[in-house]
Amino acid sequence: MKPPPFEYYEAGSIEEALTLLAESGEDAKVLAGGQSLIPLMTFRLVRPEVIVDINRLDELARIEDADDGALRVGALVRQAEAERSDAIARRAPLLRQALHHVAHVQIRNRGTVGGSVAHADPAAELPSAILSADATLVARSLRGERSINADDFFTSHYATALADDELLVALEIPASPPRTGTAFEEYARRRGDYAVSGAAVSITLDADGDCTRARVTLLASAEVPLRARAAEAALIGRAVDEEAARDAAAQAIAEDTGDGTFGGSDYRRDVTEAICARAIRVAGVHAAGRAQ
Amino acid sequence: MTRGVSLAINGTVYERTIDVRMLLSDFIRHEAGLTGTHVGCEHGICGACTVQLDGLPVRSCTLLAIQAQRHQVRTVEALAGTDGELNALQRSFQASHALQCGFCTPGLLMSLEPLIASSPPLRHEDVVEVIAGHLCRCTGYQQVVEAVLGCQRDG
Repeated sequence: MKPPPFEYYEAGSIEEALTLLAESGEDAKVLAGGQSLIPLMTFRLVRPEVIVDINRLDELARIEDADDGALRVGALVRQAEAERSDAIARRAPLLRQALHHVAHVQIRNRGTVGGSVAHADPAAELPSAILSADATLVARSLRGERSINADDFFTSHYATALADDELLVALEIPASPPRTGTAFEEYARRRGDYAVSGAAVSITLDADGDCTRARVTLLASAEVPLRARAAEAALIGRAVDEEAARDAAAQAIAEDTGDGTFGGSDYRRDVTEAICARAIRVAGVHAAGRAQ
Repeated sequence: MTRGVSLAINGTVYERTIDVRMLLSDFIRHEAGLTGTHVGCEHGICGACTVQLDGLPVRSCTLLAIQAQRHQVRTVEALAGTDGELNALQRSFQASHALQCGFCTPGLLMSLEPLIASSPPLRHEDVVEVIAGHLCRCTGYQQVVEAVLGCQRDG
């Protein structure tokens, strides 16, 4: 099928984009990479009356330092570029690990980091990765700019805290404490398919090798990227060995995910537990490696 | 809503007035008459519509035609010489029997051409990474991998 009719405007400046969004409100959708939006329109699952194309806004495509030492990734940075970025590899490794699993290289050549986050598919990789990376989302409108914690950003399936007149302009990823390791694990039927289950994990150890900080986020396990807080709590104060990883994953299944999450499927529950344990274990090993 | 657009495809400029919702794949096939680019799933999964935008393989079915202005679009028709002589990758596909029905082939060629030009010797997994974004019902993919590795080896 083909997209339904819409009005199309190519923003020549951020100001122009924000004005269009303010004027059109809920009738408008932002077009960045289009790798999610255009198929949605082709399937006629969404019928925006106005499309605001932001692809000319080069100032949103930069990877640079934020004032507070965080890494600022512009919303329009292409996923393929983010994957190749040295700065992201060094300072936001969980993002890079997640990007390897995003669709296929041809999609990543157009898809953007901000677009995937704003699309807020709970089964997508980047929303969960940025949640475990303690990222802040920067949103701008004619009313001004504000920062939103990733924890507060995802509100439901494909829904975020962005107001209708707001544009996501950047993600800011804070520096990790020393001895922090990350891992991203995903199970899909084929590489590049939508995830059946996945986990984005960040682990920080102290000098004795015990966990002082844990972030465990599960994809495809709820209507939003799911912070498995019981799993995180189970890791604090202990070495992140095989047993600790399994215990934490069991907590994630028992406490953090609900019965309805897996649609009555023991299979998905088992896969999620295994993926969660594996990601915790790998992140723990990397964190221990960083101590040397 | 209609707009006048000017698209550069394979070095030729096509000026048309189109509905803004026209997909790039449809512009390529119906406005420019270049039917080498194929349309399969029309939602970005199958890879048959893959073209190059400024040298990067992208899906033409998930781009609006109007978005391709100020970019260079390259399609499979650009690979062979003006006399119709197949390029090295195409000849390698032929020699390795890397196509049967040919429906997925143009998309594969556009994804693989930049890979051939990359400098370190390619490994099996490098090729698989790229062709993972393409669905082929005929070949089982192994001959495609051999065609690419053979082309880089010989070229």
